[in-house]
Amino acid sequence: MIRIELHRRSSPSATLRLLSPVIGLALAVITGAIMFSLMGKNPATALYIYFIEPLTEAWSVHELLIKAAPLILMGAGLSICYLSNNWNIGAEGQFIMGALAGSIFPVLFTDFQNPLVLPLMIGFAMVGGALWAGIPALLKARFNTNEILVSLMLVYIAERVLDYLVRGPWRNPGGMNFPESVRFHDFARMPEILPADGRANIGIIIAIVVAVALWFMLSRTLKGFEIRVLGTSPRAGRFAGFSSRGMVFFSFLIAGACAGLAGIIEVAGASAQLRPIISPGYGFTAIIVAFLGRLNPLGAILAGFILALTYLGGEAAQISLQVSDKVSRVFQGALLLYILAADTLVHYRIRIAARPRADKPDVPRQTSEKGA
Amino acid sequence: MTPTGPDMLLSLRGLSKSFGTFKANDAVDLDIRPGEIHALLGENGAGKSTFVKMLYGALQPDAGEIAWRGTPVAIPSPAHARQLGIGMVFQHFSLFEALTVAENVAVALPGDIPLRKIASDLEQVSRAYGLPLRANARVYDLSVGQRQRIEIVRCLLQEPDLVIMDEPTSVLTPQECEDLFGVLRKLASEGKAILYISHKLEEVRALCERATILRHGKVVGSCIPRDETAGSIARMMVGADIHEVRHARAEIDRSAPLLSVNGLSLPPRDTFATALKRISFDLYPGEIAGIAGIAGNGQSELFDVLSGEETVARADTVSLLGEPVGTRDIAARRAMGAVFISEERLGHATVPTLALSENVFLTRHSVNPGLRRGQLLDRAAARRELDRITETMDVRKSAPDPAAQSLSGGNLQKFIVGREVLDAPKVIVVNQPTWGVDAGSAASIRQTLIDLAAGGAAVLVISQDLDELFEIADTLAAIAEGHLSPFVPASQTDRNAIGLKMSGVAGEEHRAS
Repeated sequence: MIRIELHRRSSPSATLRLLSPVIGLALAVITGAIMFSLMGKNPATALYIYFIEPLTEAWSVHELLIKAAPLILMGAGLSICYLSNNWNIGAEGQFIMGALAGSIFPVLFTDFQNPLVLPLMIGFAMVGGALWAGIPALLKARFNTNEILVSLMLVYIAERVLDYLVRGPWRNPGGMNFPESVRFHDFARMPEILPADGRANIGIIIAIVVAVALWFMLSRTLKGFEIRVLGTSPRAGRFAGFSSRGMVFFSFLIAGACAGLAGIIEVAGASAQLRPIISPGYGFTAIIVAFLGRLNPLGAILAGFILALTYLGGEAAQISLQVSDKVSRVFQGALLLYILAADTLVHYRIRIAARPRADKPDVPRQTSEKGA
Repeated sequence: MTPTGPDMLLSLRGLSKSFGTFKANDAVDLDIRPGEIHALLGENGAGKSTFVKMLYGALQPDAGEIAWRGTPVAIPSPAHARQLGIGMVFQHFSLFEALTVAENVAVALPGDIPLRKIASDLEQVSRAYGLPLRANARVYDLSVGQRQRIEIVRCLLQEPDLVIMDEPTSVLTPQECEDLFGVLRKLASEGKAILYISHKLEEVRALCERATILRHGKVVGSCIPRDETAGSIARMMVGADIHEVRHARAEIDRSAPLLSVNGLSLPPRDTFATALKRISFDLYPGEIAGIAGIAGNGQSELFDVLSGEETVARADTVSLLGEPVGTRDIAARRAMGAVFISEERLGHATVPTLALSENVFLTRHSVNPGLRRGQLLDRAAARRELDRITETMDVRKSAPDPAAQSLSGGNLQKFIVGREVLDAPKVIVVNQPTWGVDAGSAASIRQTLIDLAAGGAAVLVISQDLDELFEIADTLAAIAEGHLSPFVPASQTDRNAIGLKMSGVAGEEHRAS
């Protein structure tokens, strides 16, 4: 009988740690090809439309930059959370609350128009996102609640708050009863980079600068060391005099501020107003960005562009192939699944075995330290 | 070597096992006769565990033959080993604390035997061998010695012809050891063979008829332990003379303590932790104080309070250099010149996956100003510090800056000790300094502690190893169930007296009076 066995490696493979996202990406593309052919589309054409065509025109590259900015920001922020072993799943909610906090100025104080507005909006957005992320942090640090559940549920609350505001108090009085806020005035907009051939704004520059700054903090400073130590070995972290509780707040607030910043970049950039839905699931896709980027903020930059491409490809496929844009969700889900599966190879090697089945040892393995 | 005869219970020829390029076992030969107690000796890392795992079916040899009662066999799994009649008692217990003794035995037995039958069988076996056990006792209520009895009885219920025991006495008091030896002799007299793995030489001399010695994965000799001295066996194990620890004892000035504990009581952190009860002592410059005790009697709880990982409500419960620090954290205490060496090398004293130079930052980041420029880490300085540690402590490593987890226990412990002591600390608190460390490294670590005390530092050594404590400590106390006996000069006590205190008997009297 042939069986596939997993054998633990003596030390994690550095090569496979880098290769695993590539394997995941390749498998996701193959899955995409199978999916398209099952739908009766030519997989080669479909994949071209999905992955290549969006990169061939200038306006579409601008769209890529617009979508990549929030993904990079949140992916980099979430990397900090995940490295420190804090599982913030609620970036989507922090994104919305950041957007709302930043929108106070253009929506409620429409007469306040000067160059100070945009910096204030950015500051408020970061604080808003951080405060929303502070709720699961506080509950975890104080009452030991599960941050995955709390941060996720707060996403749905944030969505209701946004929905209520744009249908109620923040609705544009001159907007024919559409559920929208007023359009933001020019001082409240993200400046565009090359207005001549597309609408990409400085958001992408901010995102890359923030990601590089977070990378620098992680790899060069004592705080970054603290994040990595507490994430892998909390007891050693305590021995070093680091506070796990402090790290819960630090990581959540950083990720929340990044998400809030992404939120205001989105509403003050591409959409220029608040609507009931301001994000096509960026906050959740950012989780994939963080893992595809190997929890490294620099990796998140590359991963952010790749995931942004899946959104664009989904829109293109909808138009050219008449398939649902849910295709991009399927693709993103498959990608995360494959990366996490391929990560098994970092710690285990696969062996095809034909010898008789050995029973599972019923005793725990001895620690390697004591063993020979 | 004797030829494989039918009278041999087990014969191994040319057993080899490699992990990558590392030969853990290299053509090992061994014969075991029915009814003998055979010692397998070797330092940590000599290949004992690999060898035993192959015998018990948990690892497969790359080459070599195993003959059981003269017939060549393969042992693909522990279940096969048990079927053949090979049983094993592990050094680290695999018991469910929340289950009863009978339930713990039941989960390990094959088939569907009613719990009531298991309970009666187990009480019968335990009585027959003088290993008293109550079948419906919950494991969390039991002492370490009693837990080991469960493991032994569990093994005996499967009626093995060969029992492998992996360092069984490392968790026992001297009195418990004697009881265990009685059981093992009884088993041997019934014709069961015992493969006894240890590095405690006196014990092997008292118990075992023959010994096989492993070094670097090879058999380097065999002997009849009774005819040898501990020193001559140690030479075979280490391949060189272990240098004697030098002790230059000076008069201790008992005017100003460097470390004081004053009426420390602490409720248990969780169900399985130990409460600390009214602990008080003073530690003076130049003094090495030893705390003996069996694992799990409050040593790690005490260590955490001393280090500041666990702070207490009253500041004057713990004082460093005369200053109350009970409410200050570990970083503040390090800044005052105290260092702490914890029992767990991986995951507590070091981060296993991080490089050694990064592990230098772990405890020194706020004490050694050279390691940082503002908030930025100076990695070059950390590597220089690592070189200094490597050189002073003779740390052997495979690469210039490997991950902590890739070092052997002894070398990692030398790194940890070096990291803490190179900046002339005033107070050293160390928990199990040489646990699982090879004899050569252990001697150099003990010498380091003695030199520190000679230089005027106060050293507190918490250890399960009585030989070690008698070798280096000036004063001795024992901890039992969170209760610390008064310190007495090492010269005025002996193993038996300390052993009694470790078992809590003396403590009971103390409390009753």
